[in-house]
Amino acid sequence: MQRELERALAKPIAERRWGMVIDTRKCVGCVACTVGCSLENKLPPGVVYRPMTDTEIGTYPNVTRRFIPRPCMQCDNPPCVAVCPVGATFKRPDGIVAIDYNACIGCRYCITACPYQARTFDFGADWTDNAASGRPAALALDGATGYEHLVGFEYGEKWTRAEGVIPQSPVGNARKCTFCAHRLEKGMLPMCATTCIGRATFFGDLNDPTSLVSELAASSSSTRLKEDLGTRPKVFYLL
Amino acid sequence: MTANAQVGRPMPSAAGPAARYVVFAVWLLAAIVGGYAIAQRLLLGERLTAYSSYIPWGLWVSAYVFFIGLSAGAFLLSSLVYVFRLRQFEPIGPLALFVAVVTLAMALLSILFDLGHMERFWEVYLRPQWHSMMAWMVWLYTAYFVLLVAELAVALRRRSPGRSPGQLQRYDRVLLVLGSVGVPLAVAFHGGVGALFATVVARGYWNTAIFPILFLSGALLSGSGLLTAIVVFVWPRRDGAWRKLVADLARIVVGLILLELLLEFAELSIPAWYQVGPESSLIGYVLFGPYWYVFWIVYGLFGVAVPLVLLTRRDTFVRGIGAALVALTFLAVRLDLVIPGLVAPELRGLERAYLDPVGGRLTYVYSPSLFEWQVTLGVVALGAAVFYLGRRFLPLMTGAGEVEPRETAR
Repeated sequence: MQRELERALAKPIAERRWGMVIDTRKCVGCVACTVGCSLENKLPPGVVYRPMTDTEIGTYPNVTRRFIPRPCMQCDNPPCVAVCPVGATFKRPDGIVAIDYNACIGCRYCITACPYQARTFDFGADWTDNAASGRPAALALDGATGYEHLVGFEYGEKWTRAEGVIPQSPVGNARKCTFCAHRLEKGMLPMCATTCIGRATFFGDLNDPTSLVSELAASSSSTRLKEDLGTRPKVFYLL
Repeated sequence: MTANAQVGRPMPSAAGPAARYVVFAVWLLAAIVGGYAIAQRLLLGERLTAYSSYIPWGLWVSAYVFFIGLSAGAFLLSSLVYVFRLRQFEPIGPLALFVAVVTLAMALLSILFDLGHMERFWEVYLRPQWHSMMAWMVWLYTAYFVLLVAELAVALRRRSPGRSPGQLQRYDRVLLVLGSVGVPLAVAFHGGVGALFATVVARGYWNTAIFPILFLSGALLSGSGLLTAIVVFVWPRRDGAWRKLVADLARIVVGLILLELLLEFAELSIPAWYQVGPESSLIGYVLFGPYWYVFWIVYGLFGVAVPLVLLTRRDTFVRGIGAALVALTFLAVRLDLVIPGLVAPELRGLERAYLDPVGGRLTYVYSPSLFEWQVTLGVVALGAAVFYLGRRFLPLMTGAGEVEPRETAR
């Protein structure tokens, strides 16, 4: 996948079409992708880019569990883009649906419009909001203070969250999975694909017919969520 | 003054200093409680709200839709005077326009507080994206706001004393033009608010063609209910003409209650009839879920049944109470439109997939926080203050004594 990534990056951006394949047969539900994503993007509480649904199928004793990690589907026909009143959400030439944090007014219309609920709102909360900060403790809470205020690198820019009369973006914005666009620019795979312990998440260029994701996406066991809506997701699931 | 001598019953605020003090004390309390919350909103952002990433729109959006409906309704009622020339409603023309201005301002304030970045609201003017129903809505109600203020100014100038018949005719023509432009504009922008929800394909509960129509009928109902209540309780004269005016308005409100009921029945019964499909369970949530009383008690009992009884009574004040109930309880109908569209997870298991232990923002349970109610109360207090000032300093009500002797003598 790394070599394929480098091959894709050598092409002009408009000729790339990033896609992801998640093999649910190999996913063990460890949520390493969720955690890796949250750390990579310095996500505050209440904001999540790649939750994993864990549903039980059947009734006891005939029970099985199904794990479905859910990143942003990066739809080819994204409903979130059409509803944004200011064009702050847009589709990049490489197919990634991006948010211009400096333009988003925080109306949350896009959050209601996403059929996958892939968007969450940054209300400005911190992980240490309810913590007994300042007291000597084994976990050194003071050390944890400000984790969410570390510089984030989404979309290749530097973001420092801050609340206030005029909140500093991305506080007050809709947020979502970016396919780790900032990592791609540096030739690195998305964090979820990197942290997956079972090699269940594949990433690559769907415009490259020889790439692993193209082959897997075209396989007979491949499907997409809510295909009937016509959103044309670029995240495929192998069942 | 001649008219005031005919007062059948004193109006509450004129009942004496004691009643005035009570009204003022209630307003002051609302202003302090609401003002404090508004200050918190401005300083601390949305931290104290209860809506979440999964139910991203809550009380403030519902209140916005409610207030903007009152505005559209009051404006459409004013068109009976300025466009359709129904003479019996002529006295309430400027009042209806002023109520439309005030409630529109309340709506815009409510939705401004709901924005994550209030300071960027002007982006909708600078870089509108015409695909978005929200951009259309903002532009349409900006045009509506400008038109409304212009029409109110002309209507008030028409009321100034000493106008010759020729001048009155000219004013009437201008008002006819403005009103004629305003009616489709009001229909478009409030239908547009309905379409803002209805066009969201992801939300089956909203995604119905009846939604924009339901918004318009609701606007007419709540707006005329509010205006009727204002005429009953704030009108300066208590004579036969006033009773006749209220009776006519009450008839309109009754008709609109029944129309709204019919549309609500269609909206709720069609998707739920065979009790299959995702919308069926959402309608079950509205009717029999944890907030069943919002539909049955607040809307059904106090928004339909009791007002129908009160509005068909002969006593004008009883009719006023009925109309006020219609206007007040309509917020419940709006809550029942906005919230149920959001309460069901779009993907199975998402409600347990990832939790937010700090702010509880990844939940499908929503009940407005006290803070949200406080801010809405502050908006209402602000609207009430502006209305009071308008009533005090503008010739809104024909025959207020100090305005137009010709009209007073009618």
